[in-house]
Amino acid sequence: MIPELGQFALIIALCLSLVQAFFPLAGAWTGNRTWVRLAWPAVSGQTVFVFLSFACLMWSFIQNDFSVLYVASNSNSALPVIYRISATWGAHEGSMLLWIVILAAWSVAVAALSKNLPELFAARVLGVLGLISFGFLLFTLETSNPFERLIPAAIDGRDLNPLLQDPGLAIHPPMLYVGYVGFAVAFAFAIAAMLEGKMDAAWARWARPWTTVAWCFLTVGIALGSWWAYYELGWGGWWFWDPVENASFMPWLAGTALIHSLAVTEKRGLFKSWTLLLAITAFSLSLLGTFLVRSGVLVSVHAFATDPERGRFILAFLVTVIGSALALYAWRAPLLKSDEGFGKVSRETFLLANNVLLVIAMLVVLLGTLFPLFMDAIGGGKYSVGPQYFAAVFVIPTIPLVLLLGLGMHSIWRRDNLSRISKRLRVPMVIAVVLGIILPWMIYGTPSIMTVVAIIAALWVIGSSLFVPVIGLLDKTQKVRITRSQWGMILAHIGVGVFILGVTVTEAYSVHRDQALRLGDSVDVAGYTVTFESVKPVSGPNYQATQATMEVSRDGKSLMTLHPEKRTYRVQRNPMTEAGIDARLHRDLYLALGDPLGNDSWSVRFQYKPLVRFIWLGCIIMALGGLIAVSDKRYRVVVTKTVKEGGREALAGGKG
Amino acid sequence: MTARQQRMLIVILVLVGVGIATTFGLRAFQENLLYYYSPSAVQAGEAPVGRKFRVGGLVVPGTVKRTEGEIDVSFDLTDNSALVTVQFAGILPDLFREGQGIIAHGKLDQQGVFVAEEVLAKHDENYMPPEVAESLKQTHAGGTSK
Repeated sequence: MIPELGQFALIIALCLSLVQAFFPLAGAWTGNRTWVRLAWPAVSGQTVFVFLSFACLMWSFIQNDFSVLYVASNSNSALPVIYRISATWGAHEGSMLLWIVILAAWSVAVAALSKNLPELFAARVLGVLGLISFGFLLFTLETSNPFERLIPAAIDGRDLNPLLQDPGLAIHPPMLYVGYVGFAVAFAFAIAAMLEGKMDAAWARWARPWTTVAWCFLTVGIALGSWWAYYELGWGGWWFWDPVENASFMPWLAGTALIHSLAVTEKRGLFKSWTLLLAITAFSLSLLGTFLVRSGVLVSVHAFATDPERGRFILAFLVTVIGSALALYAWRAPLLKSDEGFGKVSRETFLLANNVLLVIAMLVVLLGTLFPLFMDAIGGGKYSVGPQYFAAVFVIPTIPLVLLLGLGMHSIWRRDNLSRISKRLRVPMVIAVVLGIILPWMIYGTPSIMTVVAIIAALWVIGSSLFVPVIGLLDKTQKVRITRSQWGMILAHIGVGVFILGVTVTEAYSVHRDQALRLGDSVDVAGYTVTFESVKPVSGPNYQATQATMEVSRDGKSLMTLHPEKRTYRVQRNPMTEAGIDARLHRDLYLALGDPLGNDSWSVRFQYKPLVRFIWLGCIIMALGGLIAVSDKRYRVVVTKTVKEGGREALAGGKG
Repeated sequence: MTARQQRMLIVILVLVGVGIATTFGLRAFQENLLYYYSPSAVQAGEAPVGRKFRVGGLVVPGTVKRTEGEIDVSFDLTDNSALVTVQFAGILPDLFREGQGIIAHGKLDQQGVFVAEEVLAKHDENYMPPEVAESLKQTHAGGTSK
């Protein structure tokens, strides 16, 4: 009964999404206010039914209802309750429903916080969100119904993929989706602006917090995925340039460009059509990401779904959304010309460079990700692009990007000159160069040139960010107040520096060794002595494992005992490596157990990873920075200023 | 130097920079493009020697050999018509087992042995790498037409 209720709720939500799409957009076009006002109840109604449907699915999981095909394929009665809940989005059908739930949550948030927005504009935004929701609901009901019954019911389920039975991956998809789907809001704002044919500073001020919050979640989501891959796949790498990872990274790059371009649009009313294009791009890449992961066109580590019919639907959806958005753009963007100029050296120039470089970086990833698919589709052969390509080419745009970042932060709008900026930044520049050369030498040993350059870049980003408040404090002549959004920017940029530091040191100084080790023997790696003491069988709720005991010591002093495991899950019979990790801020020790080699020997993987935690720490700092920026006062006090800047329509809306 | 000349210089410098970056980028792209060869293609001598590529197939049961207590392992891959011997010094993926479809990245040595740098098996027992599925289909089709 519950699954039917869930499906019924989903069908009602589909109808309501049509109401939410049609009436506000048509009403705004024809000037029918009654129709326009339908947007709000439609959003609320749709959200209620979408959440009801999701709750029904989750309930089916908790209750172990194996008469539901999706539950039977992805759960098991021995599965702990927490993973039964996360199994709701553990495979294709449920994650589509999660997508819709999150879209509904974003829509309801926009609707609730739209008091400051002109009514017509808010209605258009909600209408566009309704259209997107309609597409996804139709897709789910047509091709991926999670409530499909299994007759006769299974006695027990096939269990959740063991890789997903992990707290990191339980929250990774929701985080990532909140980010992906959040760009739908930015997209809807862009479409609404184009429909209205008007886009001013107030528009950018509305769009910015939404975009930034989405970006924060995407940042954390990607970091979680990377962290999970690091400890759960048993490889100890933190990024593989896997198409599925790239699928989430491309919208992040476009979104990062968008955040910066929005700043220019808000402060100076420039880059208008560019901002619109980036908003369209970021969301299109989010859709592409969903398409890549979910259609089975790439079968990679994380791609669990394989079904061409779904692929065709999403492809058609993708073409419709992107095509119509770009058509609208071609038609309306010329209306949104900005006639102000800016100096050759100015904050605008730096932000332009930032945007160009980020977009190049995104295209680099796009080329490497889509080329094999393209060649395959035209029958040009089966290629794959090695991670070395990404690693080598990705730094080309990113090194100038981070070097310019410091200058950009200290430049002023309109007109500036390089000598003023560099005079201001002489101290952090010198510190970064000196420390960048000395520190790696002293701590880790002879670095390569690239390592030195990257460490200098990281220290430069951190130093020049810290210098914003420092200069503010030193400058006695004028009272410099640093706003929350500036604090946010400073923190996010420090996060970038921390991230680069982590990446560079991990990549340059990690020690990796795969080796055969006999019981009782020990091996010296990176200054540590690892002794293989014993192996014993252990058993978990739904798996059996072989657990090794390895003692780690340094200079004859015992430091810790680690327990890497090799698990076999009972239902799916998949072996899984659980690494034994000793995580510290300055380094990780990573031990993974391979196969028994006979003669009491096992293959064992040792890794010493200095500063690897900085990679995820940097991401968290970036996201925190974003959240602080969003908490800035000016995003809350809007109405009065809108009236002054926004012109007649905003005035009418502000009253309405 | 006049302002005009200065501008020209900047434009030229930017173009040169972009050109160099693009050249590097495309070269890295080409060098890291890994082509897939089936075991039949490798046996027929179509695969290059000393250049990295991918090979995939089913692990032939009974061919997985280890020196006792050592990490080195060798096994044969097949697409049901030809065999390639693969050598690997490292930890095999969790799902590596006899009869399973796998993909290996590496180079062919002078003796025709594929020295793998990486062995990939996917985390799904029913999963078959698309390349491997394709080569199996082809050899099958070829077999019946004869």
